Amino acid sequence: MSVPGSYYLTVAAMLFCIGAIGLLVRRNALVMFMCVELMLNAVNLTFVTFARMLDDIGGQVFVFFTLVVAAAEVVVGLALIVSIFRRRQGATADDVSLLRG
Amino acid sequence: MEWAVFIVFAVAAVAGAGGVVLARKPVHAALSLVMTLFSVAVFFVLQGAHFLAAVQVIVYAGAIVILFLFVIMLLGIDKEDVLDEPLPAQRPLAIAVGVALFAGLLLVAGILQPTGAPSARGSATQGDIANVERVARSLFTDFLWPFEITSALLVIAVVGAIVLARRGGPSTTLGDEPEVREAPRHVGAGSDEGPQAVLEHES
Repeated sequence: MSVPGSYYLTVAAMLFCIGAIGLLVRRNALVMFMCVELMLNAVNLTFVTFARMLDDIGGQVFVFFTLVVAAAEVVVGLALIVSIFRRRQGATADDVSLLRG
Repeated sequence: MEWAVFIVFAVAAVAGAGGVVLARKPVHAALSLVMTLFSVAVFFVLQGAHFLAAVQVIVYAGAIVILFLFVIMLLGIDKEDVLDEPLPAQRPLAIAVGVALFAGLLLVAGILQPTGAPSARGSATQGDIANVERVARSLFTDFLWPFEITSALLVIAVVGAIVLARRGGPSTTLGDEPEVREAPRHVGAGSDEGPQAVLEHES
């Protein structure tokens, strides 16, 4: 007896919304990044679930591309955080409210 | 059996997600993130996506979270988060937005049914071909051009990360490097004005 896809979709929706709340509530740039990863993962779970429900391998291939984009995003984002942290002693979102170095 | 595994790891995934949002220290948030990512990998296995489950554990729970922990340890910002909120209504408003988003997603998922033409790219489950082979066939035939573009994307990301994280940032050219390294002696190590300001002091 296999678990219906709607249950996976519900869990994915919960993960996505928790990630969105965390992104809005937290102010540490690193934790905000982790929340973005959480949302990306929720969408990956949705892709895999629909790949099974619609019986299409394209969903799983798309998750592969999402993983690559997420990896690139993390690398550039963490480099940005490191370079912000060098300039000023803190990595919260409020520290970078000005558009100058 | 599948139900038991699903329920256990669904609880673990949601608990890990809550831990990412609620943990005061970034290290604890990163460890909670590992729990969620691993639970999602288990969901992938349950749905027959074996290749993606392996990639999820290796790339996400391995490389990306280690990168997070590396930055946390390197910068030494593992102090507790500030709790005072400059905008008074932000926290309840954020939770309201999140709950509304969840309700909207469930509503849309309840009303709409996923439909579509039978796949031209091949089935995800039918037949006795292994999952890795299915993904590989699709990736290297239908999605070959996007696959090549991802390699360019990764190279661009690596170059961007090196340019951003280099000492002095993107505004410094290679020729300036020795001067920048000398400069803190005159101004003092505690100065946070950055190398560019130091250069201006000297000239």
